[in-house]
Amino acid sequence: MTYTVQVKVMPLKELLDPQGKAVMGGLSNLGLETIKDVRIGKHITLQVDAADEASAKEQAATAAKKLLANPVMEYFEISVSE
Amino acid sequence: MKFGVVVFPGSNCDRDMQDALQNDLKQNVTMLWHKDKDLSTFTTEDCIVLPGGFSYGDYLRCGAIARFSPMMQSVIEFANAGGKVLGVCNGFQILCESQLLPGVLLRNANQQFICKNVYIKGVGSDKALSIPIAHGEGRYHADADTLASLEKNNQIIYRYCDAQGNITPAANPNGATKNIAGICNEGRNVFGMMPHPERACSDTLGNTDGRLIFKALVMNGIAQAKLASLV
Repeated sequence: MTYTVQVKVMPLKELLDPQGKAVMGGLSNLGLETIKDVRIGKHITLQVDAADEASAKEQAATAAKKLLANPVMEYFEISVSE
Repeated sequence: MKFGVVVFPGSNCDRDMQDALQNDLKQNVTMLWHKDKDLSTFTTEDCIVLPGGFSYGDYLRCGAIARFSPMMQSVIEFANAGGKVLGVCNGFQILCESQLLPGVLLRNANQQFICKNVYIKGVGSDKALSIPIAHGEGRYHADADTLASLEKNNQIIYRYCDAQGNITPAANPNGATKNIAGICNEGRNVFGMMPHPERACSDTLGNTDGRLIFKALVMNGIAQAKLASLV
């Protein structure tokens, strides 16, 4: 069975995100003053062959820990769909 | 001693590094292809250099994909066996991703790619060296415990400073924590720095401060960098 696994990678909350800050400036210029903060990360989609959902998730977590995210600067979240 | 300069797809300071080491510093240099992994002709007296550039297009994170190239597996073994490894700019990013050095290089605080001459100062030295930087992701970051151990073990080798050698926030080009421009590992055989000493080794280019860095760090050994940087 092939599962589609979504990996969300975001900069750690305590770190400055210059990209988010720049986009925030753009949104303010648009007059969208209700938007108070922007943080920008990555959304990665994986196609994973696995026996079940838990195993698909586990393989994605290994990929995220080893390569997709760097824990010194980022955290990640994983969700699975068929 | 001899040097090996690793060439990744997207490296663009590899030839500058070769030229500086070979022609300006009269050293023996071998170029190493990222797909090879043979370092059997190198001993721990030698030095492997990871040059600047944009390995693998900086995809995912700077240095993240280079870390898994065949040659890097050998470089990691070489470093763990005590061999000297120098990473400049993208090379520093690769060393951090490989966990040969602690911490990480984040996007510059001012959101810009910065290409200019800056001043840096070696540990234990009062002399400010003028060295160019050229990076978009050079803001050194590590957690508080890591920073404390870097300080304690004297691993912060270069900091950004002004022309007089004062380490001030204004002299920090990219927002790096504690003005950090270059660090070494605890074993003092692996060294990474964002500024480009290889671009400052030739009289023709009008700046030879980079020679002092190569001599202090690599030829005299990182352990003696403190003494050598006083010269």
